[in-house]
Amino acid sequence: MTATPTKPANTQAPPRPGGPVQQRKARRNNSQLLAIWLFLIPAALLGVYFKFIPMVEGIRLSFFKVQPFLGDVFVGLDNYLAVLTDVRFMEALGHTVILGLTQTLGALVVGFALALLLEGQARSLWILRTTIFLPVVTALAVVGEIWRILYFPTADGPLNSILGWLGLGPLQFLNGTDTALWSIAVVGIWSGAPYNMVIILAGLTGVDRSLYESAGVDGATIWQRLRYITLPALRPSLVIVLTLAAIRSLRSFTEVYVLTGGGPAGSTEVWMTRMYSLGFQRNDIGVASAAAVLLLVVTLLLTVGTQLLAKRKAAR
Amino acid sequence: MTHTVSRTRTRPAKPSVGARFDTALGWSPRLGPNMVLRIVLCVLVFCIFALPFLAIISGAFDRNSSPTDISLLPKSFTLRNFEAATEQGLWGYLLNSLVVAGGGLLLQMTVSVFAAYSLSRKKFRGQALVLLLVLMTMMLPEEIIGIPLSLVLGDLPLLGISLRGSVLAVILPVGIWGFSIFIMSEFMKEIPGEIEEAARLDGVGEFRMLFTIILPLCKPALGVIGIFGFMMVWDQYLLPLIAANDPSDYTLTVALSVLRNDTTVGPGVLLAGALMAMIPSLLVYLFLQRSMIRGITSGATKG
Repeated sequence: MTATPTKPANTQAPPRPGGPVQQRKARRNNSQLLAIWLFLIPAALLGVYFKFIPMVEGIRLSFFKVQPFLGDVFVGLDNYLAVLTDVRFMEALGHTVILGLTQTLGALVVGFALALLLEGQARSLWILRTTIFLPVVTALAVVGEIWRILYFPTADGPLNSILGWLGLGPLQFLNGTDTALWSIAVVGIWSGAPYNMVIILAGLTGVDRSLYESAGVDGATIWQRLRYITLPALRPSLVIVLTLAAIRSLRSFTEVYVLTGGGPAGSTEVWMTRMYSLGFQRNDIGVASAAAVLLLVVTLLLTVGTQLLAKRKAAR
Repeated sequence: MTHTVSRTRTRPAKPSVGARFDTALGWSPRLGPNMVLRIVLCVLVFCIFALPFLAIISGAFDRNSSPTDISLLPKSFTLRNFEAATEQGLWGYLLNSLVVAGGGLLLQMTVSVFAAYSLSRKKFRGQALVLLLVLMTMMLPEEIIGIPLSLVLGDLPLLGISLRGSVLAVILPVGIWGFSIFIMSEFMKEIPGEIEEAARLDGVGEFRMLFTIILPLCKPALGVIGIFGFMMVWDQYLLPLIAANDPSDYTLTVALSVLRNDTTVGPGVLLAGALMAMIPSLLVYLFLQRSMIRGITSGATKG
């Protein structure tokens, strides 16, 4: 931290205790202390009201059977048991993990391919890079609506007609129980890959060009060059970003909710949509809160774990 | 791309020195099979990532009644979809979205700048704890605390007022965003202390210090938290959904799914709505594109 050292006055060895300079300094420290907390007040108020009170309330509710007019009844860990023994929650967990991993890895691979293709300083490449970034800046709800139309499941739907030209049969996409989850994953990859492309492009510019040159002199193939020079140079910055993205994907909600709402027949139900339908549609607030607390604990542990690992690696 | 390409012909298996080493894949800047392949791939990428947007624009202006009619150019140009959108009250939803995005972003940036100033330029007892709490807020997005948050919004503790149905129910919760506070304080830390010390000797107070000395040096960071904050607020879905009292309180992004479930409106109106929801984020992106790229890449290196 490069902030000005404003130590508390009592820790300084005063040359002339109570002197005018010292007094002014003490007054300044006091006013500084006041300013510090004044500047923190807006964040503190909003944080308490809209983050911490809800969090505490959520944890509290997770131990109660919530009944609007009859009063809440303490039920201990029953709500947690209800979540963990609920088949649909366990299915949702499976879908969440599959979706998260597919989207994260898919967005990485596609983002890497895009970066390799579009690396360079030519203006045409810059324009193309700017254009294909559009999916990232478009709101997920809008992306969802776009893809619902593209995925229109009849044979003359937009995407199915393209598949038709290629001689591939019409797919049900979001309407089929075995295609819906993958269709959502494709949307996630589509809207996530350009973001990764930008990260990877930044990494690519950092690769020492003379390494490519000496690899060329040694007669290395393009593949060897990628494998032994480019990838190792990119790895440190990518690993942590992707791990965090994978953890974040555990709570993905909007794209699933907009695209399928968890259907058809629960084949795309993820943790968040299950929790949402329990809490808001079935009004089972206690169980839904328990599910939220579980999700919070898991994401918290995974994030802290990742950060600690990254710190330890950086320290080494 | 360096233009000092050696004029020696590329020998097979041994690429010439120069532009071949500018890119990881060694794309050649000269016309040849390599270049043709790259162009073909670029066209393919363009089709995958940009054509869906063209289809929306076309569909929004087309007299279509089913998603199967969508094409890249409107078959019969019409503004009827936008007239229907007006009847459905889409402009009202757009206004909701704009008010929420403008107010939320302004609040969020102010809160973040203030908090970052305290956290980065000062040392005080309890600082580590405050930082930890800010980190905690990042672990508590609207999705995770959605259910209790909707209860809190309906009855604010201590104050006993309900925010539901008011734009404040979306604006206030998005006001606190740890990401924005961190980006801002990371940047403020880099400003040398001498600048502040010199101003302090001139008797500059805290507010003037922040607004006339520190902030002007933080313009790049302001751009970053500006665009990321806008995207964050514009992308909100669950929050406006739980903050609404009745559907007229919805933001445009939420209203789209209501519109879709209404069988009386065709896909053309839906696409007109999607287009309306896209344009503001598109404009912000075009203006703050550099900040966006800077934000992404700095996040990547810092982890």
